[in-house]
Amino acid sequence: MRKIISFILLIVIFVGIYFALAQIPYGKNKMNVSKHYISNGLKENGAANIVTSVVLNYRGFDTLGEITILFIGAVGLGMILFGFETKKKDIKPASLILKTGCKFLFPFILLLGIYIFIHGHLTPGGGFQGGAIIASGFLLNYLGCSKKRISEKGINIIESLGGAIFIVIGLLGLFLGDYFLLNFLPKGAVNTLISGGIIPLLYITIGLKVGAELSGIIYKLME
Amino acid sequence: MNFLYQNIYYIGAFGLIFIGLYMAAAKKNLIKIIIGLGFIDTGINLFLIIIGYVQKGTAPIFSKPGLNPAQMVDPVPQALVLTAIVINVAILGLALGLAIRLYRHYKTLNVRKIRGLKW
Repeated sequence: MRKIISFILLIVIFVGIYFALAQIPYGKNKMNVSKHYISNGLKENGAANIVTSVVLNYRGFDTLGEITILFIGAVGLGMILFGFETKKKDIKPASLILKTGCKFLFPFILLLGIYIFIHGHLTPGGGFQGGAIIASGFLLNYLGCSKKRISEKGINIIESLGGAIFIVIGLLGLFLGDYFLLNFLPKGAVNTLISGGIIPLLYITIGLKVGAELSGIIYKLME
Repeated sequence: MNFLYQNIYYIGAFGLIFIGLYMAAAKKNLIKIIIGLGFIDTGINLFLIIIGYVQKGTAPIFSKPGLNPAQMVDPVPQALVLTAIVINVAILGLALGLAIRLYRHYKTLNVRKIRGLKW
């Protein structure tokens, strides 16, 4: 009975959504804002990846809010799970494949994550994706070599440093120019590693922060 | 057939949202409800990306000279989706933490047996 009622309700909702959305054309025009971003973004920011320059420069303030939300999520998870005694079950030792793979692959996974967030202004990818890859490396580390632990203090320090450096770079723009997160560094040649002004610096801080936060979330949930 | 060909992406996106809402409304297990929330989020992200699509468009990256800026897809929805994915991770982590807490307190994940969550 409950299932039927919810099904009928959903059908009603979706018919309404369909009639509202049927007028949107598919694959046609862009908004004026995006036209401006695409035609002027290369000159104004020097980053080849327009999505990156939207995320970190035109809408950098939104990104600050976003990493704040992630931080609040991690802190809330720590609060919910605080003072939680886990029963010490006898954990089975990991298999040979997992142990060996963890030993050999862990540095390479870290390297891949760092590569992705350093090249965020040139290729698809960036701080959030690189941070997620680093956290997956720490998950492998947790599953395979559970004797080597990362310290929670270190995670907290990296997290706070990342957020603080992001805000400091933004405030420097405010002091040197007109507004928060102004791109004050020289832009450099397009499509080279050192280009895009402050964008690579911001992505490095975001990558470290997201990596630390996601690994913290994983460790809190696994304990 | 033509209708299906033109609207297949919208059908996919809204199919995902539909499945997610149905799971969140009708399922009893708390973990399944959380998975339903994940489905809703994926569907909405897909929908946002579809809205920004341009016919025969390329990714908005000037990786080699000679790319036509008028032929690039819309970068703004992609930036929004980047934001949404990260927030979704935070929400799912928080929801799973609450589920662990609830299980420890009530010894069950069945929503019907947990007082205060009945409907």
